[in-house]
Amino acid sequence: MSTSDTVNAGYLESLLAGRPHVPASPLAWLNTLRSEAVDRVGVLTVPTQRDEEWRFTDISQLNRMSFHPVRTTVDLQAEEAGRFRIEEAASRLVFVDGVYAPHLSMIDADNGVSVVNLEAGLAANAEALESCLGRYAEFRNEVFSALNTAFLQDAALVVVPQDVSVSAPVHLLFIATQKDVASYPRCLLLAGSGSVVTVIEDYVSLQEDAYFTNAVTEIVLAENARVNHIRVQREGMKAVHIANGAVSLARASNYQSVSVAFGARISRYNLNVRLAEEAECAVDGLALIAGRQLADTHTCIDHAKPHAMSHQLHKCIVGGGAHAVFNGKIMVRQGAQRTDSRQSSRNLLLTNKAHVDTKPQLEIFADDVKCTHGATIGQLDSEEVFYLQSRGLSETVARNMLTYAFGAEIIERIPVPSLKSLLEQTVLDQTTVQP
Amino acid sequence: MIYPDSKIVLEVRGLCASVNGTEILKGLDLTVRRGEVHAIMGPNGSGKSTFSKILAGHSAYEVTGGTVMFEGQNLFDMEPEERARAGVFLAFQYPIEIPGVINSQFLRLTYNTVQTHRGKEELDPLEFDDYVREKMKLLEMSPDFLERSVNEGFSGGEKKRNEILQMAMLDPRLAILDETDSGLDIDALRIVANGVNQLAGKDNAIVMVTHYQRLLNYIVPDYVHVMEAGRIIKTGGKELALELEARGYDWVGAECKAASEAAA
Repeated sequence: MSTSDTVNAGYLESLLAGRPHVPASPLAWLNTLRSEAVDRVGVLTVPTQRDEEWRFTDISQLNRMSFHPVRTTVDLQAEEAGRFRIEEAASRLVFVDGVYAPHLSMIDADNGVSVVNLEAGLAANAEALESCLGRYAEFRNEVFSALNTAFLQDAALVVVPQDVSVSAPVHLLFIATQKDVASYPRCLLLAGSGSVVTVIEDYVSLQEDAYFTNAVTEIVLAENARVNHIRVQREGMKAVHIANGAVSLARASNYQSVSVAFGARISRYNLNVRLAEEAECAVDGLALIAGRQLADTHTCIDHAKPHAMSHQLHKCIVGGGAHAVFNGKIMVRQGAQRTDSRQSSRNLLLTNKAHVDTKPQLEIFADDVKCTHGATIGQLDSEEVFYLQSRGLSETVARNMLTYAFGAEIIERIPVPSLKSLLEQTVLDQTTVQP
Repeated sequence: MIYPDSKIVLEVRGLCASVNGTEILKGLDLTVRRGEVHAIMGPNGSGKSTFSKILAGHSAYEVTGGTVMFEGQNLFDMEPEERARAGVFLAFQYPIEIPGVINSQFLRLTYNTVQTHRGKEELDPLEFDDYVREKMKLLEMSPDFLERSVNEGFSGGEKKRNEILQMAMLDPRLAILDETDSGLDIDALRIVANGVNQLAGKDNAIVMVTHYQRLLNYIVPDYVHVMEAGRIIKTGGKELALELEARGYDWVGAECKAASEAAA
C-alpha cells in the first residue's frame, strides 16, 4: 500500500484551507496553542502502513475522500436527539456536527459538577483551563491530534470540584447529521481531588453517508479522584472515526473505563494512560464489527511511578470480512516498583474472512513488578458449544449465546443500567444468527 | 433400586469408539433399566469419561462399531440437543464457565427449550424464579447463584451443585454423572449426593462414572461395573466397590485374564 507524501500533504492542506475563521481569542495562550498545532499539521503527514504505529491499519482511503468543516449548522429537533437520551444522566452536552447545541443540552447546575462548553468555561475559569487544555493529548507528533487542536473552537468541559461526588452520569453526545463533514469533538474532564464522577462520551449518527470525526479527549484526575469513563463509538457505517484520548492519574486516583466500538467504516482509538503512585485503572474495550469495517485500538498504559495497578481486557468480535486491530503497550518505567499490571486481548472470529491483528506489548524497566499479558484468537470453543447442546439448546442457539456472552462480559462492566441494556441489545442483535 | 420387569432405558451392545484415530472403547456392553443406579468404576484411561461423553453426543469421538438404544430409539440418530430433550442428561466433570450469561437466564432458556420439545408449558420469568428457587433448596444453594454468570468464579463444589440443579430442572430419564465427586469436600459431596438421591426414582436411571468408592457411600448403586481398556470386565453389587477400594483394580484384570485363558 503506497501513498505518496504529496497526496498526504494535499489532503491536510485541503482540510486546513477549509478551516473556518477561528476568531482570535482574547486569551493569548489559546491562540498560541492553536497556532502551534497549525504549525505541526504543516510538518506532519498522514500516517501510512509504513509507520509502525499504523502498520495494520490502512487509512489511505482518507486521501480519496473529501471532507470539509461544517458550513451550516443543522437545527436539530429535540425529538431527533431524544432517541440518544440516557435516562440516568443529570447533565448532557450535545454537539451537532461538532457544533455546540445549547437547546438540546441539559445542565443540572445543582449537583456541584460544572458541565459547560468552552466559551462558558473560559468565562468562568480560564486559568484552570490554560494549565490543562491541550497539555495532555500530545499533538506535536500526532497529526490527528494536531488537526483537532488547530481547529479547537469549542469543547465539552466537565469540572468536578474537590470532594464532590455525583452518581448521575454526565452525557457528552456528538451527533453527526451531514455527509462529507469533518468535525473535531474535544472533551476535557478535570476531576478534583477526592471527587467521583461518571462520564459517557458518545458518538452517534443520524445519517449513513461518509463523514469524518476527529476527536480528542483529555481526562485529568487529581489525588484520590475516581472517574468512570464510558466511551461509545456508534458512528454511521461509512464514517471515519479517529480519536485520541489522554488520561493522567495523580496519586491514588482511580480510572475505570469501558470503550465500545460498533460503528464506522474505519475507526482508530489511541488511548494513553499515565499512572502516578498507587493509582489504579481498568481499561476495558469491545470492538464488535462486521462487513468491511476496520476497528483499531491502540493503548499505552504508562506506569511512571511505583505501586500502581492496571487491568485491561480488550475483546474483538469480528464478522464478515472485517478487520480488528489491538495494540496494547504496558510501560513500566525504571523505579515503578510493585507495579501490578494485567492485560488480556481476546478475539473471536466469526467467519473465515474475518481478520484480527493483536499485539500486546510489555516494556519493563523495573525489577520488582507483577505483570501478565496474553492474547487469544479463535472461534467459539467446541466444548462450550457442546455443553449448551447437552442442555437441549440447538447448535445455532448455543453459538449465538456464546458469541453474545463474549461481548456481554465487557458491556456488563458499564455502570449505567440503561446504557448497559441498550448495548447488550445491540450485541444481541448483531451476534444473533437466525437458525 | 431394581424393579422386576422394569423397562430398559439404555442398551449398549459392542460399542467401539475412537478419538483422533486411537481406539478407546472396544466392545462395551451395558443394560440399564428404569429405577436402577449403576456405577462404572475403573482406572484412569479405561474409557469411562469417553463413554459418558459419547452418550451425550460429543462430536470429538467417532463411533466405529456397536449400537446404543435409548428408550427404544437409536441414540446415534440424535443430535446432542435432541438427546437432552429426549431425557439424556450428562453432569460434566468440568462444567463450562460462561462469563456474560446470567445463570437464571441460562437455566430458564434450557428449561423452556426442553419443556417445549416435550409438549409442556413454558414458564415466564416470575414463575420460573419460584420454580428454580424451590429446586435450589434441594441443593442448599443460595439464590445469589441465579444472578451470577454461569459457573464463573464458582468453586468446584458450587459448579457440581449447579450441574445437579440442572438435572433437577430438566428431569432426565437417564442421568450420567461424570466424576461428580471430583473436587468436592465432604460437605459438598453430602449435599450433591443428597440431591441426586432425591431425584432418583422408579422412572429414571442413574449412571455414575467414578474413580473412587467415596461417592458410593452416599449414592448407593444397584450395580457396580469395572471398566478396563474400553470394556466392562466385571459386574457386581455395591460390595464390589468396597472390594475395589480395598484391593485396587489390578486383581480384576488378572482374574478376567485367567478366566479367558481357562476358557481358551
